[in-house]
Amino acid sequence: MTGFQSILLLRHELLLIVAALAIIVVDLSLPAGKKTRIIHFSLILFSVVFLLSFFPTKSGELFGGSFQGNQLTGFMKDILNLAVLIVFLQSGGYLRKKENAHKMAEFFVLIIFTLIGMDFMISSGDFLTFFIGLETASIPIAGLAAYDQLKSRSAEAGVKLILLSALSSGVLLYGISMIYGATGSIYFKDIALKISSSPLIILGFIFFVSGMGFKISLVPFHLWTADVYEGAPINVTAYLSVVSKGAAVFIFAIILFTVFKNVIHIWENVLYALAVLTMTIGNLFALRQNNIKRFLAFSSIAQAGFIMLGIMGTGGLGMTTVVYFLLIYVFTNLAAFGVAAAIFDASGVETISGYKGLYSTNPKLSLVMMLALFSLAGIPPVAGFFGKFFLFTSAGSQGYFILILIAVINATISLYYYLGVIKAMFIDKNDQPVAAFNSSVTMRISLLICSTGIFFVGFASGIFEYIMSLSSMLF
Amino acid sequence: MTDFSYTLLIPLIPLLVFIFTGLFGMKWKPIVSGLIGTVGLAISFMLSLLAGYQYFFASATESFHSIIPFNWLWLSLSDSLQIQMGVLLDPISVMMLVVVTTISFMTHIYSLGYMKGEKGFARFYAFLSLFTFSMLGLVMATNIFQMFIFYELVGACSFLLIGFYYQKPSAVAAAKKAFIVTRFADLGFLIGVLILSFYTGTFDFEKLTQPGSTIFTHVAGLSFMGISALSWAMGLIFAGAAGKSAMFPFHIWLPDAMEGPTPVSALIHAATMVVAGVFTVARLFPIYHFYTPDVLIFIGYVGGFTSLFAAIIAITQFDIKRVLAYSTLSQIGYMMVGLGVSGYGGEAGLGYMAAMFHLFTHAMFKGLLFLAAGAIIHAVHSNYMKDMGGLRKHLPITHITFLAASLAISGIPPFAGFFSKDEILAAAFHSNKLLFYTEYITAGITSFYIFRLYFNIFWGKNTQYKHKPREAPLNMTIPLIFLALASTFGGFIPFHNLIAPDMKPFATHTDLLIVLPSVFIGLLGIAGAWILYKKENDIPEKITVWMGGLYTVTYRKFYIDEIYMFVTKKIIFNRIARPVAWFDRHIVDGFMMGIGAVTVMVSRKIKGLQTGELQQYAFVYVAGVILFVLTFLYYLG
Repeated sequence: MTGFQSILLLRHELLLIVAALAIIVVDLSLPAGKKTRIIHFSLILFSVVFLLSFFPTKSGELFGGSFQGNQLTGFMKDILNLAVLIVFLQSGGYLRKKENAHKMAEFFVLIIFTLIGMDFMISSGDFLTFFIGLETASIPIAGLAAYDQLKSRSAEAGVKLILLSALSSGVLLYGISMIYGATGSIYFKDIALKISSSPLIILGFIFFVSGMGFKISLVPFHLWTADVYEGAPINVTAYLSVVSKGAAVFIFAIILFTVFKNVIHIWENVLYALAVLTMTIGNLFALRQNNIKRFLAFSSIAQAGFIMLGIMGTGGLGMTTVVYFLLIYVFTNLAAFGVAAAIFDASGVETISGYKGLYSTNPKLSLVMMLALFSLAGIPPVAGFFGKFFLFTSAGSQGYFILILIAVINATISLYYYLGVIKAMFIDKNDQPVAAFNSSVTMRISLLICSTGIFFVGFASGIFEYIMSLSSMLF
Repeated sequence: MTDFSYTLLIPLIPLLVFIFTGLFGMKWKPIVSGLIGTVGLAISFMLSLLAGYQYFFASATESFHSIIPFNWLWLSLSDSLQIQMGVLLDPISVMMLVVVTTISFMTHIYSLGYMKGEKGFARFYAFLSLFTFSMLGLVMATNIFQMFIFYELVGACSFLLIGFYYQKPSAVAAAKKAFIVTRFADLGFLIGVLILSFYTGTFDFEKLTQPGSTIFTHVAGLSFMGISALSWAMGLIFAGAAGKSAMFPFHIWLPDAMEGPTPVSALIHAATMVVAGVFTVARLFPIYHFYTPDVLIFIGYVGGFTSLFAAIIAITQFDIKRVLAYSTLSQIGYMMVGLGVSGYGGEAGLGYMAAMFHLFTHAMFKGLLFLAAGAIIHAVHSNYMKDMGGLRKHLPITHITFLAASLAISGIPPFAGFFSKDEILAAAFHSNKLLFYTEYITAGITSFYIFRLYFNIFWGKNTQYKHKPREAPLNMTIPLIFLALASTFGGFIPFHNLIAPDMKPFATHTDLLIVLPSVFIGLLGIAGAWILYKKENDIPEKITVWMGGLYTVTYRKFYIDEIYMFVTKKIIFNRIARPVAWFDRHIVDGFMMGIGAVTVMVSRKIKGLQTGELQQYAFVYVAGVILFVLTFLYYLG
């Protein structure tokens, strides 16, 4: 492999490193009164990074197999880049607040650093790279959760996240060491050949799943989610619920399909239990929420349960449905969070009861929110339906019909609380609804991107087939 | 071979109309949207008639074939499992094209008068077009997945149109009810489709309904809870169909759906969407017949029960639209019975043919009854029979057309309903006596309740009206007259030459042994209504008192709504949700408190640094890990 090809293979990571450093330098050189320019600079820079990352490459490996690059991992990173771009577009209003004046650049830099960690994690070829990537991604996230450090809730969220994250990383590392002990290797390829269903490996595997379950917020490893989501600034919450979770799901699926391929009977049982618990508990708690951030937190826990169904399909189909669902989930969840952020920035309202009568004052925002909630609930013909449908097909291809039945019942229960928000916006009367306001241009662009995605990803069959072609080459 | 590619335009024109009126309708004068919609539908209607003529009559052949002018590959899940979007023409889909465009076109014209001056006139027409598109897409579907998508779309349109008067709380509640009930049923449909496609590896109707194909060999021996996998699939698909067609016990949404504007009731809740379930069963009929005859006969019994049950309730209702709603339930039950008792080849396919025939005639006369009811409501500004009476002098055209439809539904020759109903009865007579007698009695009840309605509206007491009721304008009466002609002469269309389950038409013969008693019981019902309701008298009142509790039970629709409320509120909410909440609050939280109490003791000493929750989280996390380890080491180790 030539030097240039290696660089191309690392293009996502290298571009992000350059971008992060550039933002730091530019921020330092900006005069004190003109710091807000960093927002535009970062946006433009990141758009360039996003576009350059599409540069096509062959697949290959670097650093003696520790780094694996192929078109599928490239596509996953592009999805994460897209999500981060949308989050950046939505953050302008929040960052312009007075108390953030001195730390705007930090927001961008921290997010880009976590993204670098995630990209390395997705491309990892052994457990060491995987773990380093995971930690690189985790630590700045705690900083982001505590971004409003003067607000006690935000600071609390940061502390909770870092401590619990450390605990889960410890468990995860313990699991990895057991697997290493049983197989004598940390390389995915070698482990895959030597894996067996000995008690030590089962133990190690469950520790590994518990660690990943923390990142993906699977029940019962989810308890941090609601508090952190509620305490963190809303744009950070959006980032956590989409990008952070998405990256963890990607690598989780890759490791299950490659490393643990031959002990499928173990992890399918574990995942079965996790999927049922996660969907059901997530739903039951979402029913009771009034704070929109907590509500979306529990809804995203339930969605993670659905994703497990796709993973259980295994192989090319399973991978395709998971990636496809997450692409849709990026548009859908960020649309919902974007509207919530716009409303919060303009009025400070972040309760569902505060959304009553929103349609009468802000019809466009209400429509976008409705679209997003329909997509989350999986109502055809919006994209969310197709995403869920293919997840179900994936589980169906392995014959898990009882699980699908449970999932479908859960999807129907979820309809109830999603419709509850829509009812509040469109039907409920309110004497003092959120006043009419105009959101910023970047926010509007982001919502336009999301709505377009929600409408077209489901119908554009080419996308599904493209992902299918990428993943069937690998699995 | 005739080129049928123009049939693609039939659904596309309403879609374009929807897009245009939806985008720009607000800016135009309301009437412009209405006219564009009506003209668009007129073209679709003409094209459907042309397609019907070319398909059925242009080439004289012994049997028909399915034609697929378009079939785009939309998604391929695997090499064999593919999803297409296309146009399928076969006898039943061509017939449905004619039915849907006819009723929709009539409704479009009628609404120009009925909805005049309503707020949201343009929105109404946009939704009507969207509905028509969705319904046409449903009947032309080449595969079951496409059908499911359009199933959901018609459901959404129905929701939007029932809730058209969104300021009215009862309309919003009704829309919600319809949406939730049908979606629950659609769940069944979706799971059924998944199971079916998983075992057969295809969504395609052509492959699925090919008799003697090998795709069902994998599934033959599989069963779950003592019922074969295929029966589960087909039963669940029927559950979806039953939701759309409002079969017992999913029927509860349809009477409430009458909160929507009357033209919507005529189009969606009488003639087209509610028969989608019948159409689905007919579409998959070969599978039901050859592989799951147990499910097929179950469908017959559900239909039979619903038809009798709904007819009895119809007798006691006072809101004229609700009488018609229950009547619709009852008549759809008839169609299901027709399918349930049908065989496959030759004369055994009589039930299938009769069900489709009845679907056609019912669309005409029930559409007419609803539109006429709309004209009456328009004239007297009330839905209730007590505010009507003696209207025959004021509304002559409505009166005559309503009478034609009433005779048609009662099965009096030579009106259209006579032929179709009679053939269903004949089919039932030869294969299932229980269903035959159920339907026979229902026929009598039908003519009784419909003439109770007729006499109460047009005869009976001479109500003094504050404003003298006036006949509806021309754009409302023309559809009435057109549909009255269809209800009167539609029975002479030789359906038995056109439709058969194996697409090979057969000859039918009239069996006087069935015809005469059925006409007799129809007349008996009319006579009963005549005695009780033609002149104002106190016999109905006495009967009500004499029947006492029985009457109340029927008037309260056998308390089905209350049972649903009981199940959802009392059982699900109180027995499941409350305990879960209680468990959460007391046990889970209490458990946490216990751990928290220890934590608090420690944290008092380092007060202010901890909230005390973090440890709980960590504890639960570790407890979860240990639980999983123990469980899976035990099971898998």
